[in-house]
Amino acid sequence: MYEGVVQSLIDELGMLPGIGPKSAQRIAFHLLAADPADVKRLAHALLEVKEKVRFCRICGNVAAEDECRICRDQRRDPHVICVVEEPKDVVAIERTREFRGRYHVLGGAISPIDGVGPDDLRIRELMTRLADGQVTELILATDPNLEGEATATYLARLVKPMDLTVTRLASGLPVGGDLEYADEVTLGRAFEGRRLLDV
Amino acid sequence: MHVAQLSLTDFRSYAAVELSLTPGVTAFVGPNGHGKTNLVEALGYVATHASHRVATDAPLVRHGATRAVIRCLVTRDDRQALVELELNPGRANRARINRAPVSRARDALGLLRTVLFAPEDLALVKGDPGERRRFLDDLLVARAPRFAGVRADYERVLKQRNALLRTGAKPRRSERRRDSDAAFTAAGAGDVLGTLDVWDSHLVRHGAELLAARLELVDALRPLVAKAYANLAPASGAAALDYRSTAGELSTGPVDRPVLEERLRTALGEARQAELDRGITLVGPHRDDLVLGLGELPARGYASHGESWSFALALRLAAYDLLRADGGDPVLILDDVFAELDGQRRRRLAEIVAPAEQVLITAAVPDDVPSDLSGSWFDVVDGSVSRVR
Repeated sequence: MYEGVVQSLIDELGMLPGIGPKSAQRIAFHLLAADPADVKRLAHALLEVKEKVRFCRICGNVAAEDECRICRDQRRDPHVICVVEEPKDVVAIERTREFRGRYHVLGGAISPIDGVGPDDLRIRELMTRLADGQVTELILATDPNLEGEATATYLARLVKPMDLTVTRLASGLPVGGDLEYADEVTLGRAFEGRRLLDV
Repeated sequence: MHVAQLSLTDFRSYAAVELSLTPGVTAFVGPNGHGKTNLVEALGYVATHASHRVATDAPLVRHGATRAVIRCLVTRDDRQALVELELNPGRANRARINRAPVSRARDALGLLRTVLFAPEDLALVKGDPGERRRFLDDLLVARAPRFAGVRADYERVLKQRNALLRTGAKPRRSERRRDSDAAFTAAGAGDVLGTLDVWDSHLVRHGAELLAARLELVDALRPLVAKAYANLAPASGAAALDYRSTAGELSTGPVDRPVLEERLRTALGEARQAELDRGITLVGPHRDDLVLGLGELPARGYASHGESWSFALALRLAAYDLLRADGGDPVLILDDVFAELDGQRRRRLAEIVAPAEQVLITAAVPDDVPSDLSGSWFDVVDGSVSRVR
């Protein structure tokens, strides 16, 4: 145990995801040794992120203003919506530069154990967006785990009466990988989702 | 296959122990409570990633330590694999194969295969259905480690579905929910039943996969159990296995997954009201049973103590036969079982296990080791293990 403030800094850092007691201690002592101006900048950034960042009125992504950058961008295709669980998933998909449509961030996945049901996700907002008939394709890009699959199934059933193309991201082999290293579940999925080879 | 070396760190009563083992019979002899079973329990853990004595990992770690390490060198057809498992109660275990870490501990399953006989096996016959389901599922995993994933997925779906059913009586109204949107409520969202259908479809898919595998396994076990039982207790009635499913009467023979899915779906539909009332999933492989029969009667409740023992041994021996037929003689572990058996069963069992590639026996007194099973001998006293011969 360290004295007062040092220990409380370590405790606070230790609450962050992915940081154990050892890393928390290392970061705390790094901050102690750092230039005061650097630490002030970090503290300022921490406070500012809580004060200034809001969630986009339309898609639920993090935004600096009322609407996020993507929703304001007129060049983005308004006919396709990609549904993801978290804002960080938007960033991941944006990095691919493959997708030119819009997003909808649910804020999680259905998980009764954690008390998360459809009402706790931004599903109502999604239905409102779909209501005007402008959207023609819905891409379900929730995580490929049990809760993500359940959420995707739920959404697919919910929008079934609407005249929409509903797609799910493919699961399968990592690009550039070796077949022999794939685990059985992934390889099984890849077989399920195999497609015709156009030549 | 056989285990050539076993070393334990902070496992159960052992701070550190290292043993060299040989093929053939090895006996660990010492008073009760001095640590014999802990040694074979560790090997059982490497094979199944679970203890045959306790349901959680916390008791496996030596008091005061935060983690335990099991290392064992497995020899199979002149090839060696060093399997290292680090047990972290409450967190994911870590594994290394030949000093190389694997991404999931599950990947280390299947390198060592064991069949473990223990006094607890009597519960296979006399105990709850859960004991027999575990027997089947453990054997599935031992034959094809892939089933560890199938089983985990099914249990996860079940947990989620049960959580949902428990809250079913009083639908949640979160603060996010504002004035009702017609399209939204009409589609059934916000209603617990709306998401229940989703979990049903996942329960059916994973459940049918597990069910199909169990049915095939029971078909494969049936003749082997009958043979082993007849061998152990020639004078008694014939031993029979019957899989009783909550999805209703299932025909034996080739298993058709889509048909099983349909049966599960129908059974879930019929049980819907009862499930909502009780807040628990009532249909699925987690409620099934493997019914053991002796002659015309069920073994449970009718079999004598001796007959129950013979049946429990027959199940383990059948598992041994099955694993052996898949290739690679599994390591046989007999934890304190000879003391439980009468003279005739003891002799029979000794005859059956003697030819195995490696047999590990624990016993409290030397007389409990049948004389025809001679080989290496370790004394286990006060947590120290010493080779006698």
